[in-house]
Amino acid sequence: MGKKNHSERRSFLFTATYTMGAVGVGAAIWPLVDQMNPDSSVKALSTTEVDISSLEFGKTITVLWRGKPIFIRRRTKEEIDEAAKVELKDLKDPQKDSERTQNPEWLVMVGVCTHLGCVPLGNTGEYKGWFCPCHGSHYDTSGRIRKGPAPKNLEIPKYEFVNNNIIKIG
Amino acid sequence: MSEEKYVPKSKLAQWFDSRLPLLTLSHHLQEYPTPKNLNYWWTFGGILTFCLITQIVTGLVLAMHYVAHVDHAFESIEHIMRDVNYGWLIRYVHANGASMFFLAVYIHIFRSLFYGSYKAPRELIWIIGLLIYVLMMATAFMGYVLPWGQMSFWGATVITNLFSAIPFIGESITTWLWGGFSVDNPTLNRFYSLHYLLPFLTVGLVILHIWSLHIPGNNNPIGIDVKKNSNETMPFHPYMVMKDLTALLVFIIIFLWFVFFAPNVLGHPDNYIEANPLVTPAHIVPEWYLLPFYAILRAIPSKLGGVIFMFAAILILILLPWLDTSKVRSAVFRPIYKKFFWVLLFMVILLGYLGAKPPEGIYLILSRIATAYYFIHFLILLPLLGRYEKTDPLPQSISDPVLDKPGLLDKVKKAASKYEGENVGSFK
Repeated sequence: MGKKNHSERRSFLFTATYTMGAVGVGAAIWPLVDQMNPDSSVKALSTTEVDISSLEFGKTITVLWRGKPIFIRRRTKEEIDEAAKVELKDLKDPQKDSERTQNPEWLVMVGVCTHLGCVPLGNTGEYKGWFCPCHGSHYDTSGRIRKGPAPKNLEIPKYEFVNNNIIKIG
Repeated sequence: MSEEKYVPKSKLAQWFDSRLPLLTLSHHLQEYPTPKNLNYWWTFGGILTFCLITQIVTGLVLAMHYVAHVDHAFESIEHIMRDVNYGWLIRYVHANGASMFFLAVYIHIFRSLFYGSYKAPRELIWIIGLLIYVLMMATAFMGYVLPWGQMSFWGATVITNLFSAIPFIGESITTWLWGGFSVDNPTLNRFYSLHYLLPFLTVGLVILHIWSLHIPGNNNPIGIDVKKNSNETMPFHPYMVMKDLTALLVFIIIFLWFVFFAPNVLGHPDNYIEANPLVTPAHIVPEWYLLPFYAILRAIPSKLGGVIFMFAAILILILLPWLDTSKVRSAVFRPIYKKFFWVLLFMVILLGYLGAKPPEGIYLILSRIATAYYFIHFLILLPLLGRYEKTDPLPQSISDPVLDKPGLLDKVKKAASKYEGENVGSFK
């Protein structure tokens, strides 16, 4: 075998060895990284059923779902009208009120400010919706961001009306 | 580094040292030549070493009593405070120790900024130092979460949510950091694990920091190169050791004043309320040592922008040795830089003050001005000064300024001569 051939074979073997080594190290690291993701027991808690039969107009209840507060608000006529008449061009994260509710009377949202995760306070702020005390984000009666550093509207979780009295979140 | 080769005296020591040169290392550390003009601003390295050891030792014993679980963490802190023998003392030393650590590190950093200690050939010392500073912030933040009070919980929520600003992958990163869909038990557990680990990584970096210092040797207040092993240097032991100890004693007095007379003044009363994921405290603020960065975060009216600027405020410091192009190290000989140094210090303290205030009205305007100044200082002023500033002439040796310029002694003489006439010439 010629000398040139020899060194080509050697460099090929080196490259192959490095590559296999890198794949092996990557495969070994992945479980160590992935163990930090939500585990099965955390994911198992992914639905919550809430009885809403006693909720009056203009009142909000807060329930815990996946460790986060969920606001369930039975909106008054005025609030629904006010949310509906807002023009989309005035919104930072344009979304119609009708896209945010299954039944306009019931507003179900994740009560976590989309800025840095604080819980906004209800019935306050410049738009009579929610106000986050941490960094001053104002949300309207549809939970849409109107003013302040938050980039998005309050998130709408997946939910369904099991019957007239029960909402299943998740 | 002493030039002559060290050989231990006894045969046994020689046997040991030729196999593992620990005695040579010890000899080097004692004989390490330090410039004779180092002032008290140079004692903070020793003070910081003391702080790190104090945190590790007190943390080690607190870990014997603390329970990292959302149902027990808050209670176990109260248990440490009320039941554990001297638990209150150990916890207050640990909690205030963090503040003292940052106080010392900020003085250490600004010392470096004033005397140009980050410049060639000391860039790596500076960068390793910054890595230590970042590790310190991460460690302190995670430690603050452990008592599981309201500030712990909401501080953890806000800081981890910073990562959600990253486009596309941000949400997955925060979920990964949390180990769930919000800050919860998995988060507390991993923070505890990392809070225990990071100080030991810091120890490793401190060793590299000192190692890289011992190659070029210390900078000094005059900022010119020192001739090693000449009459310009003194061995570290006992001269600098004694000076460091003197400063350390003063520092410990201040430290213990906080521990015994105002142990909670630097903390937040809301952290004595157990964490509640449904209610955010009306006014959440980080610990004082993070406030300037918090003010920068809030000064920018965009989520991603705020996060970028906040991290940039720290990362920009890594580039400092190349942004400051002036060949003169010490601000003593840089009349214009010296003024801007004090403006920067003022702006950083102002940002700290604003970080504790609500982000509205005049506070918001001032935060924006101070944030802009912070970046202008590093990105525009320093490169311009390097090019256009007319620096004062540098002395030939570190002894010159002492010999040529009127020192304290001469001032005393002059004052004395006013009263005593000219016949005080022999006063020495």
